[in-house]
Amino acid sequence: MQRVPVLKLGDVLIVSIQIDLEDQSVLALQEDLADAVVDHGARGVIIDITAVEIVDSFIGRMLATIAGMCRMLDAQTVVVGMRPAVAITLVELGLSLGGVRTALNLEKGVALLDHIRSATP
Amino acid sequence: MSVQADTARRRIEELLRTNEEQIIGRWAKIAKASSEELSELYRALLASLDEGKNDLADIRGLLADLSRSRARAGFAPSDTARAVFGLKEVVFELAESDADWAEAAGGLVWFSRLIDDLGLYTFETYTDAREKIILDQAEQLLELSTPVVKMWDGIVAVPLIGTLDSARTQVVMEKLLQTLVDTGAEHAIIDITGVPAVDTQVAQHLLKTVVAARLMGAECVISGIRPQIAHTIVTLGVEFGDIVTKASLADALAHTFRRAGIEVGRARQAHVSIRAENA
Repeated sequence: MQRVPVLKLGDVLIVSIQIDLEDQSVLALQEDLADAVVDHGARGVIIDITAVEIVDSFIGRMLATIAGMCRMLDAQTVVVGMRPAVAITLVELGLSLGGVRTALNLEKGVALLDHIRSATP
Repeated sequence: MSVQADTARRRIEELLRTNEEQIIGRWAKIAKASSEELSELYRALLASLDEGKNDLADIRGLLADLSRSRARAGFAPSDTARAVFGLKEVVFELAESDADWAEAAGGLVWFSRLIDDLGLYTFETYTDAREKIILDQAEQLLELSTPVVKMWDGIVAVPLIGTLDSARTQVVMEKLLQTLVDTGAEHAIIDITGVPAVDTQVAQHLLKTVVAARLMGAECVISGIRPQIAHTIVTLGVEFGDIVTKASLADALAHTFRRAGIEVGRARQAHVSIRAENA
């Protein structure tokens, strides 16, 4: 099973998904991420899915679950770099990812997190 | 093929070959077509019969050309088919005056079927050509009708014109999302001023597009909602939720400017005073 690395940048955690996600790696990622948020006291999590070309309802739910989990741990989640085809698939699946913030790319995601943090000190 | 039918068929073929000049002349009169055109066809028909294996490829090619050129000249497809069927009439007359009428009659059925086939083939060519034109136009229409325009740095708009169906909405959605990726725009305006009617399905399509744009990290505003459309949407019970809707494109643009933190103001010197100075 391939594991997705969780990178730390200041008080932001960055998860860049570069592999074809299996259900096992998704579950492992959720655990790793929750651990990392607590260990580092992270205030924000960015999930970069630029390289993800195929999604199913499981991955869609994974994003919502991670967002919910991080909110419990007082960290904001931003999903960045979603491809048009992926967005269309998720909408067709009926997943609108309510409660998950999104940005066009990593740069804008970081800017969004900064903005949220300055708005809520 | 029985021996009798075979001889009858030969008889017709012989008739066709010996009376070539006469047949073409009469055919041209009945079909109201030029005899050069018809004699070319006639020769191809004879050639295909000659080979004896019913190879109609040559004459079909000629007929396709004829059908196309006549269609372009404004003839109805039935005119072209009738012109081809005219050959039957000529050959029937000829066979009637023939000494061996009984023998030729058997072959006439075969000949009539052959000409029917060819006549129908011109019809098929005509409809194929038409079909192709319609398909091409539908494709062009789809491309033409879904432009994504840049309104400002980081703001794009999609002016929708005409009825929305699933296929078109799909194209609009894909084009808009791709533009968001390509330009990095964070705001999009979907203008439906040119959409004549909105039903639940169209509303559903619009909602999907807005949600997909949101998933990618862009904000989407729907504008150009006319009073009747607002009425229809409310009557239908469609919920737009927290999606921003505006009456006009100008309102939507103003809203987007505010959201993007762009300030636009009037220049100190108004247009009227500049004109007054120039005069």
